[in-house]
Amino acid sequence: MILEARGVSVVYEPARGERIWAVRDVDISLAQGEFVGLVGESGCGKSTLGYALTRMLRPPARMDGGVIAFDGTDIASLDADRLRRQRRGGIALVLQSGMNALNPVRSVERHFRDVLKAHARPGEDLGAASIRRRGAALLDSVRLDHAVLRMFPHELSGGMRQRVSIALALALDPRMIVFDEPTTALDVIVQRAVMQTIRQLQRDRGFTAVLISHDLGVVLEATQRVMVMYSGRIVEDAPAGQLLRGPHHPYTEALLACYGDPRADQVTLSGIPGTPPDLSLSPTGCPFTPRCPLAEDICADQDPPLTPLGAGRAACHVRARAGAEADHA
Amino acid sequence: MHNEVPPMVLERVTKTYRGRGAGKSVTAVDDVSFSIAPGAAVGLVGASGSGKSTLAKMITGSERPTAGEIMFGDVRVGRLRSGGLRRLHSQVQMVFQDPYAALNPLHTVEYTVMRPCQNFLGMSAGQARRRVAELLETVGLAPAGQFAAKLPHQLSGGQRQRVVIARALACDPDLIVADEPVSMLDVSLRAGVLKLLADLGRQRGLSLLYITHDLLSARVVTDELLVLSEGRIVERGPTKRVLQHPEHGYTVRLLDAVPNPFASSV
Amino acid sequence: MTSLRFAWRALTMLWSNGKARAGLIVLSVFVVLAVFAPLIVPHSPTATTFPQNQGPSGVNWFGTTGNGQDVLSQVIYGTRISLLVCLASGAMATVVAVTLGLIAGYRPGLVDELLSFVNNLALVIPALPLMIILAAYLQGHSVWTIVLVVGFTSWATGARVIRSQTSTLRTREFVTSAVLSGERLPRVVFREILPNMISLVTASFMAAATAAVLAEASLEFLGLGNPTTVSWGTILYYAQQQNALLTGQWVLVLAPGLAIVLLMTSFTLINFGVDALSNPSLRERS
Repeated sequence: MILEARGVSVVYEPARGERIWAVRDVDISLAQGEFVGLVGESGCGKSTLGYALTRMLRPPARMDGGVIAFDGTDIASLDADRLRRQRRGGIALVLQSGMNALNPVRSVERHFRDVLKAHARPGEDLGAASIRRRGAALLDSVRLDHAVLRMFPHELSGGMRQRVSIALALALDPRMIVFDEPTTALDVIVQRAVMQTIRQLQRDRGFTAVLISHDLGVVLEATQRVMVMYSGRIVEDAPAGQLLRGPHHPYTEALLACYGDPRADQVTLSGIPGTPPDLSLSPTGCPFTPRCPLAEDICADQDPPLTPLGAGRAACHVRARAGAEADHA
Repeated sequence: MHNEVPPMVLERVTKTYRGRGAGKSVTAVDDVSFSIAPGAAVGLVGASGSGKSTLAKMITGSERPTAGEIMFGDVRVGRLRSGGLRRLHSQVQMVFQDPYAALNPLHTVEYTVMRPCQNFLGMSAGQARRRVAELLETVGLAPAGQFAAKLPHQLSGGQRQRVVIARALACDPDLIVADEPVSMLDVSLRAGVLKLLADLGRQRGLSLLYITHDLLSARVVTDELLVLSEGRIVERGPTKRVLQHPEHGYTVRLLDAVPNPFASSV
Repeated sequence: MTSLRFAWRALTMLWSNGKARAGLIVLSVFVVLAVFAPLIVPHSPTATTFPQNQGPSGVNWFGTTGNGQDVLSQVIYGTRISLLVCLASGAMATVVAVTLGLIAGYRPGLVDELLSFVNNLALVIPALPLMIILAAYLQGHSVWTIVLVVGFTSWATGARVIRSQTSTLRTREFVTSAVLSGERLPRVVFREILPNMISLVTASFMAAATAAVLAEASLEFLGLGNPTTVSWGTILYYAQQQNALLTGQWVLVLAPGLAIVLLMTSFTLINFGVDALSNPSLRERS
């Protein structure tokens, strides 16, 4: 297990306004080389969780308890200096908008230089030629031409900028990369190309990858294992194939039904009635209860634990009970 | 009035933006011709940069075509000035992509939806308020009294978009141009808003120009589909046919970009 | 939402910001001094009854001038002129800046080019020399001359900033939305765009008022004001005339100087809290 997170909770405490529990008591275990998806809609906490795992939370967000053990070390308690040293060969983060993550007045080559210099090992050759060579190699891996090294962000298209961001993340040879909505801001066709590049990279280099996205389709296509989040909790965690064929949690089911193939003979567009929950409240019970077609009394009273169902786990009282009955039958 | 509604006809419309200084000029829309019949639901699909939003702006009078004509009955939309534009807006309305950007953050829902009633229908404040209540109920923001005094930041994305739709409906238009109306909403909320648009179209005989890059929603909402690539229409036809039997390479690429897990064998 | 309720909420929001609170307190002190000056002053500011050129003493806390006048009373009375001029000329400069900025920002093209050219010209011309020339030329020697001169030379920076912000807001979708709702130009500019610039306009006003305090004092100090009125600038004028620094009369320089600095600082401090005025939650009904 390269990453073991236990009991991670994140709270937003703005100067004025309510406290918001963005992530509640989440446990995650990731094996080396896994490609995992983290899926959910706005406000479910997936990006916050991604930031927490990479220690990138900023005030007013605060991690309120929990342990994040990366390769045995609890990174949740590391100070700034040790954390920075840990980034080399550790965890990298690729953000949503390549255009926002790149400095508009610096060339791409300069970006590589900044990253490599900031995390230099003693005695490492950081001459211009060496950096250019390494930068070119990294650009190759994301299928960009070497000429991009001399260019500035505004000269690049959205897809190219995102590839540069990925290359920068690869520069430190991380063992785990968290991608936070890497293709959301991109054109539909470019999205596909960039996702293919990410999958190729993951296969070739073997890093553990976490893909955070609101797009269930993209996640199901790219990843081996999917975790579905709702209202700050993980409600289902299953292999991608199983999730597609037979989701256990009613929310996953409903979410899956919102997608479809535009080429099919019969197409219907479904939604989920109701509105997402208010994160400033701490309700008891399952957060999906008001919108759940299977809701029973117990659902409003008790928060369902993640119970093994099939090859994965789901947090649903009704389904857990059905699963237990089927086992005993 | 929907008895004498003319079609919206675009004839060889081109829009070129001149480059600034040493920059090249950009042709956003290139020789586009199509028409939207009264009561029809037409889809315009393409990736970003294909010119879809530029077309939307030209049809609603925010931009002028560099060449070609946009005819709404006898009216040359591309030549209108402020008085004529205001008359056009009483018949042609727009629903925007970003519901937060489309609402003035300092105005209440009631104010925003009241203004077109007062401007186009000549209503008094009291009459306009009553109409606002009806409109809010129509778009699913009920009870209207609860939403009328709210400010945009107090609403969710889906609710804001419904307010934008209510505002567009307020003047009883003949054509609504919806530019990616649900792309910024959560997937689970899209169906509700789209169903609202489609129902309104059917019930009120409204024409709808639905602009999107999402083929699934285009399939459900529209009857006729136009595929736009780099400012040109590369394919057109009945929606189902275009999606199931695409002819142009770009359409094929758009369809391929839809993630695979849901692709069934057709 | 009544303007009164909005004003009250704005005030409480300013109050919650530490720096702005400090600024508000200092400004209130000056306002009280100005309003109640006749009741607060220990002596008449113009009565030449005291021994001349005295240092601070029990009778004259700030000492006396070369003409035997009580400096403390002069400083207190001077607050009236300074506050009046800085608020009035600040307001005037802001009105001009907002008008020109809105017009230039909303209509790109010839109008914008012309106004921007005039704006740039006004920015380039040094303000103080221009003020001196204008004041000398007008020969009015009244407070209102000063207000006019300062007001008409301080609009340039504000106008440029407001033009820029208007230009940005103009392309926002809620403005297009308003046009689609049938709103006419004046309403779009004053009811859609301007309200979204309140904190910018207020900050502009504060900056203009700050500059006006110093400008007014400078003009008075140079003798371009009315030497018979009592203001911080005229105290400095007489102090300079009577070589206060040579005779060791440091209070004559320090007292009005400190007052000027404190008033300017109070405006600057309040400016720190002004950003919050654009927060839509100020307009919530609940």
